[in-house]
Amino acid sequence: MAEFVMPTLGSDMTQGTLVEWKKKVDDRVTKGEIIAEVDTEKAAIEIESFYTGIIHQLITKPGETVPVGTVMAIIQEEGKPVGPIEARTEAKPAKESPPSPVREPVLSPPPEPGRLRISPAAKQLAAELRVDPSVLKGTGPGGAITLDDIRAAAAAPTKEPPTVAADRQARMRETIAAAMARSKREIPHYYLSTTVDMGRAMTWIKEENLKRPVTDRLLYGVLLIKAVALALRQVPELNALWKENASVQSADIHVGVAISIRQGGLIAPAIHDTDKQSLGELMGKFQDLVKRARAGTLRGSELSDPTITVTSLGEQGVDSVFGVIYPPQVALVGFGKVVERPWVVDGQVVSRPIVAASLSADHRVTDGHRGAVFLSAVDRLLQEPGQL
Amino acid sequence: MTKMTYREAVRAGLREALQNDPRVFLMGEDVGKYGGTYACSKGFLEEFGPERIRDTPLSESTFVGAGIGAALGGMRPIVEVMTVNFSLLALDQIVNNAATIRHMSGGQFSIPLVVRMATGAGRQVAAQHSHSLEGWYAHIPGIKVLTPATVTDAKGMLLAALKDPDPVFIFEHAYLYPMEGEFDECALPVDISRAAIRRQGKDVSLITFGGSLWKALQAAETLTGEGIEAEVVDLRVLRPLDISTVLASVRKTHRAVVVDEGWRTGSFAAEVSAQIMEGAFYDLDGPVARVCSAEVPIPYPKHLEDAALPQPETIVAAVRNLKG
Repeated sequence: MAEFVMPTLGSDMTQGTLVEWKKKVDDRVTKGEIIAEVDTEKAAIEIESFYTGIIHQLITKPGETVPVGTVMAIIQEEGKPVGPIEARTEAKPAKESPPSPVREPVLSPPPEPGRLRISPAAKQLAAELRVDPSVLKGTGPGGAITLDDIRAAAAAPTKEPPTVAADRQARMRETIAAAMARSKREIPHYYLSTTVDMGRAMTWIKEENLKRPVTDRLLYGVLLIKAVALALRQVPELNALWKENASVQSADIHVGVAISIRQGGLIAPAIHDTDKQSLGELMGKFQDLVKRARAGTLRGSELSDPTITVTSLGEQGVDSVFGVIYPPQVALVGFGKVVERPWVVDGQVVSRPIVAASLSADHRVTDGHRGAVFLSAVDRLLQEPGQL
Repeated sequence: MTKMTYREAVRAGLREALQNDPRVFLMGEDVGKYGGTYACSKGFLEEFGPERIRDTPLSESTFVGAGIGAALGGMRPIVEVMTVNFSLLALDQIVNNAATIRHMSGGQFSIPLVVRMATGAGRQVAAQHSHSLEGWYAHIPGIKVLTPATVTDAKGMLLAALKDPDPVFIFEHAYLYPMEGEFDECALPVDISRAAIRRQGKDVSLITFGGSLWKALQAAETLTGEGIEAEVVDLRVLRPLDISTVLASVRKTHRAVVVDEGWRTGSFAAEVSAQIMEGAFYDLDGPVARVCSAEVPIPYPKHLEDAALPQPETIVAAVRNLKG
């Protein structure tokens, strides 16, 4: 038997709310198949099963909020004897049981599921007032939930279910605030920037798009993403995660693409194995991600897997962006707007489309020299768009 | 209401007892010619004579035992032991005789004995004269343990103790003798069965007794400035403990800090804390906190002595910790 646990879907995620099970008891589920929808601070996420087998038991009820690592369901794995749950270590959170073969433990270890720190009086009042204390943040000693916390929760306007956009927006803001504050507190950023001549790339994409049906046309953005992914092969130190005082390089390149949410906030889901995708595939995946990010149906692995983030604020018309690294990643690549500017080519001042590419990187992991090698590689790759 | 010192109140109580009941007599070290180590019996030898004001040898076991015998014989002795530290020499008489004779005799004999002694630190008299062992006495069934903290109780509890048919031990905090307070005639006779709420509050209960009462009240004053209304419960009687008053207060405030000048380990505060846990667990909004003395022999130097004892500041800090 295998335990299906509440996965960590972001470094700041400590708990999630089960929205619904996509499977019933005795249903067959295959590894990677959607088994549940879980609501987090960021979005409703479809969670893939880590196992192939038969659903033996569904423990968590829809609407319940449980800490990361909580056993939500028991799956009778195919090809394994029916029997008691195997060694707990195997069933413990995502860290130990990777949902995909490429997955590195992305996140800090989840907090001890443990008992809720709530005073006896608060617990009793919570039951009387029908307040769910497990979703509250305690203000007592050691974060204990006190009578005042329960009273405040009961007095607060009845909260809509956590799926409501306004509530999620507020929580997303909190999540971003926590991650960015942590980043600026812990990560010694250094910043590099270079201006890339996009002349060839823009010409190539124009010609390429003529050959494609309208639905399959490419945006120059995918060239940037692909160039970043390929450049990371040359400077793999930037494709890493900071874990417990050391950087761990990721064997796979999963570029997270920053997508702004219309109601506010942003999310940066991964395009898995970015370096191995064709431009057409990348375009499709990117569009799909944007659509699903805004609809709130991203998958767990997409949120938890990015190994680096690319942000592009060109659409908003700014020249350049110096981003804040999303921990535990160690680098972030930014692109500004592609603009026509006087540019010197072969001794002649000509009008060329150019873009400012920037790198924010963690100085604990890399130095400016390697960062410069990376940005140059991006530049070089963009000069041969046909090879991307 | 009249103003008087704690010492004057004790003296007034003794005098009234001696005047009103010929069976009452006072004995102890230096109570006669010297007028009492704390001057509680000054002038008594002249007023009541050597039959009733008896200086004793430095032998606590002997004169406490003599007190037990006199009580058995129908007298109403008041025995003064100079400090609680010295009372340890009389523990055999207290624990094995005074506390047990009613039981051992099948109720045929009672011991209407009153033993007074000074307790507590704060006067730089070092490790052999400063301890607070009233919590130990509260462990013993068969005796009553009183800790008067106010001038009214200093006199009133003595008179009430003399009316009790069983041995009553009164612990007078030595730091309080020069303290002046309002003596409330209307409060007499006082009971020796109930705790008292000395200050109303709604946010936290400071539960204490004896010399620490005044520190708790001072802490409560400071806490008011921080918007925390502390209720101060004066236990008054450690045995039998009036836990219902304590629980009622905790049920109102949901938080408790027990202040006890005894050492923390095995302290009376530990007993109060345990009884709160037993009786008001579901009303608690946080763990019961204790402010006790540091677990060292009470030091002689003033700064170290101050640091070893509960102080208003440490009580305030304990409350702040509890409020998160």
